[in-house]
Amino acid sequence: MTLSPQNIWLIPALPLLTAGIGAFTPRRGRGLAAGSAIAAMVLAFALSCAALRGALAAPAAHLVYNFDWFDLGDGAVRLGWLLDPLAAFMCVMVTSVGTLIFIFSLGYMREDENFARFFCFMSLFAAAMLGLLIANSLLLLFVCWELVGLASYLLIGFWFHKPEAAAAAKKAFITTRIGDLGLLLGMIWLYNAGGTLLFYDGGNGCLEASLLGDLNLQTTAGGLALTTVIGLLVFCGAIGKSGQFPLHVWLPDAMEGPTPVSALIHAATMVAAGVFLIARVYPLMTADQTLAGVPLHALTVVAFTGAITALMGACIAVAQNDIKRVLAFSTVSQLGYMMLALGVGSWMAAIFHLLTHAFFKALLFLSAGSVIHAAHHEQDIRRLGGLAPRMRATFVTFTVGMMALAGVPFLFSGFWSKEAILHAAGEWPVSLLPLGIGLAGVVLTAFYMTRLLAETFLGSSRSDSAEHAHENSAVMTWPLIVLAAGAVGLGFIGMPAWPWLQSKLSGEPVPPQSIFEGGGLMMLSIVLVFTGLGAGWALYGRRPRANAAAPDPLAANAPAVFNFLGARMKFDELYAATAGRLGQFLGALAVGLDRWVWGGMVVALAKFGELAGIIDREADEAGLNAGFNAVSEKLRGAGRAYSRAQTGRAQGYLRALVIAFVVLVFLMIAGGGG
Amino acid sequence: MNAVLVIIAFTILASAAVAMSLRNLIHSALLLVANWLGVAAFYLWAGAEFVAFAQVLIYVGAVSMIVLFAMLLTRRARADAAVVPGSIDRAISALAVSGAVAGVLVFAVLQTHLPAVTPPAPAATVRQLGAQLMGPQAAALLVAGVILTVALLGAVILAAKERNSNQDDAP
Amino acid sequence: MSPLPLCLLLSSGLFCVGLAGALSRSNAILVLLGIELMLNAANLNFIAFWRFGLTPSADTGIIFVIFSIAVAAAEAAVGLALVIAIYRHQKNIRLQEAARLKG
Repeated sequence: MTLSPQNIWLIPALPLLTAGIGAFTPRRGRGLAAGSAIAAMVLAFALSCAALRGALAAPAAHLVYNFDWFDLGDGAVRLGWLLDPLAAFMCVMVTSVGTLIFIFSLGYMREDENFARFFCFMSLFAAAMLGLLIANSLLLLFVCWELVGLASYLLIGFWFHKPEAAAAAKKAFITTRIGDLGLLLGMIWLYNAGGTLLFYDGGNGCLEASLLGDLNLQTTAGGLALTTVIGLLVFCGAIGKSGQFPLHVWLPDAMEGPTPVSALIHAATMVAAGVFLIARVYPLMTADQTLAGVPLHALTVVAFTGAITALMGACIAVAQNDIKRVLAFSTVSQLGYMMLALGVGSWMAAIFHLLTHAFFKALLFLSAGSVIHAAHHEQDIRRLGGLAPRMRATFVTFTVGMMALAGVPFLFSGFWSKEAILHAAGEWPVSLLPLGIGLAGVVLTAFYMTRLLAETFLGSSRSDSAEHAHENSAVMTWPLIVLAAGAVGLGFIGMPAWPWLQSKLSGEPVPPQSIFEGGGLMMLSIVLVFTGLGAGWALYGRRPRANAAAPDPLAANAPAVFNFLGARMKFDELYAATAGRLGQFLGALAVGLDRWVWGGMVVALAKFGELAGIIDREADEAGLNAGFNAVSEKLRGAGRAYSRAQTGRAQGYLRALVIAFVVLVFLMIAGGGG
Repeated sequence: MNAVLVIIAFTILASAAVAMSLRNLIHSALLLVANWLGVAAFYLWAGAEFVAFAQVLIYVGAVSMIVLFAMLLTRRARADAAVVPGSIDRAISALAVSGAVAGVLVFAVLQTHLPAVTPPAPAATVRQLGAQLMGPQAAALLVAGVILTVALLGAVILAAKERNSNQDDAP
Repeated sequence: MSPLPLCLLLSSGLFCVGLAGALSRSNAILVLLGIELMLNAANLNFIAFWRFGLTPSADTGIIFVIFSIAVAAAEAAVGLALVIAIYRHQKNIRLQEAARLKG
């Protein structure tokens, strides 16, 4: 059974419904919250599979269902759902990994009293992520993008009474916001230039040839093509969300959240949303490739950003001591690889790596979570160790994940997806620098993962918590096993000899490569992988750390570099010193402005009002009152004067009367009256 | 004819003048009675017998009685009869004013062109007067009756002895 | 001289005598008597015009004088009652002292 684009909205609707249920579930309603969340995810997975089936039937078509959201008068804001292999594969990945992580959380979050709230937020996240994947409109995508950011904030700060967690949530939100500003600007500009934000709209969408052709003809400041600028602005959003350099600083801090959160959001799905976004708007990003005289191509920036990030993340990961921080920087590095793939022109390779990375990174995080849960939240790898005999299933699955990430050849999916990326980088006409950087990163990746494995599982236990660790319950180990199977099996769908995934994604068949075409590069990368593994084993595996206080072998050799890397290359300090100080300065300026200038004006106005009041009162007292008093006094005086005539003596009145009569007669006679 | 008028006129004016100037109230009252009798004589000379009759009846008969009663009721000791300070000024001003009025009136009378022909005496029988009073002037008659009633009541109320008044006061 | 002007002069004279008395005396009763004299003078005027005037057959003069006498009598009664009331108040009937209604 297949799912038509018209009904594809059901996929995010189910987790959204669960989130709504979870919002009203009281703390003791654990079963309801968790059960409904997992059930919704399973159903969404089934629906995603159905959707995938429908998409694979016609891979080149972008099946859409567009509808009017609201009427603006001269036109309507239109949104839509999109069903194509990219969206379908991503939905399947998100729902499957999500289901496994939800099941894992049943065990991991058991002792937490905010169990129901956790599942509510996780469902909200799943709903927003799925909505993002099936959106046919950049506006709808942006709405879901922001919702995903909100869910991330809520989940990073899940233990909000911990100040580090609250600060980390705030940092994540603000840093991604900076990127989102670029995305918003790009969106507005695109709408202004193109008139639509729908991706595919029967020929009129903003990713379709006619509109892009129009945009290509326009140039803006600096001679850059309009498509380049819009593409770069959209890429800003991806930089923030996917933790690329320079906005990567939030990802390591986001590890303050519970480990299932780190697994789902900050490894498998949300951080991949940036990669997905670039893949989704790939026609826009590649539009300027056809233009000859532009000073800069958007994808060049993407490629170099990805390369820098890949190398930087790997370097810093080498010197970290927290199990989750190593994995976080590893995620940063792998995202850089994905961006690199996008930049050099092979978005299929990027998506392939995204899918495999989702599985093995989620697996690694969940294994780390299993370790953390067993060791009573001990996360420092210097204090762990000797867990291999105590936690067999976790050890095995962690090793599988580590090998996939390192790129151990042929058996593990990471190898095939990374090969695809390196192959594409090797064929980039612009420069081979990203390839070199990528190869360097391969060595480092293998090295630090070996270090992590050795320090955590091998050797002897270096603390009480590691000593007393034991394997977790089945509800926590079975998801690990399933993910491990995925980490192994997923690689085979995109091998050069059988590029099934690539052809399905792109819609046109990709010719299979023989082993000799890219063979040299493959050999080189295999050598580098084993170099890294060997170096890691030599330094950390052969002679495991004795105790927690013993110095790191690398630190003994190159202490300055090691400390610099351990301090995350001092990016946080740099940002605090520059942007942070600027923000404080602007804030102080605003305060001063508000208090002295505007406040001063208001006070001056008030004083003026007071003055007006005083003048009014004085005028009233002196002018009006005195005037009225004087007039009244005059009147009273006149009255008094008149009342003097009222002597009270009747004879006087009579006399006056008679005199008046005489005068009147005289006047009449004199006047000529009769 | 005129001689009778002159005598009557002299009586009237003389008695009035003396009555207004005497200090003894009783003498003034009595002289005023003479004045009213003179006025009645004038009415008779003019041919208005009924009015003369009414004059004698009311003025000489009733009003003089009221006046005398009032004088007697408001009597005081000898000290009352002393000259009030300022009365000379008042007298002079009164004479001046009345002189002015007299001048005005005399001037008016003499200047007015009055008919020189003496018409014959008009008939004014009591019957005619009665018919007038009961007919066209009936309303005025009734109003006059009301006035008299009200005046009677008013006088009684005004002059009645107050309940809380000092018993030493002579009413 | 014809009788009418003489009668009018008589009534004017009587009026002025009454006026002089009313204005000059301090005794309230004498003031009232002066007023009575003035009323009488008016009556004289009416009768003179009735007898020697232009329409000798009319009874208007007589009627008027009858009413005048009646009203004068009523007024005299009320006035003297007032005098008695004043007397009760201020123990004498000096008109100058009855000036409590002054302004």
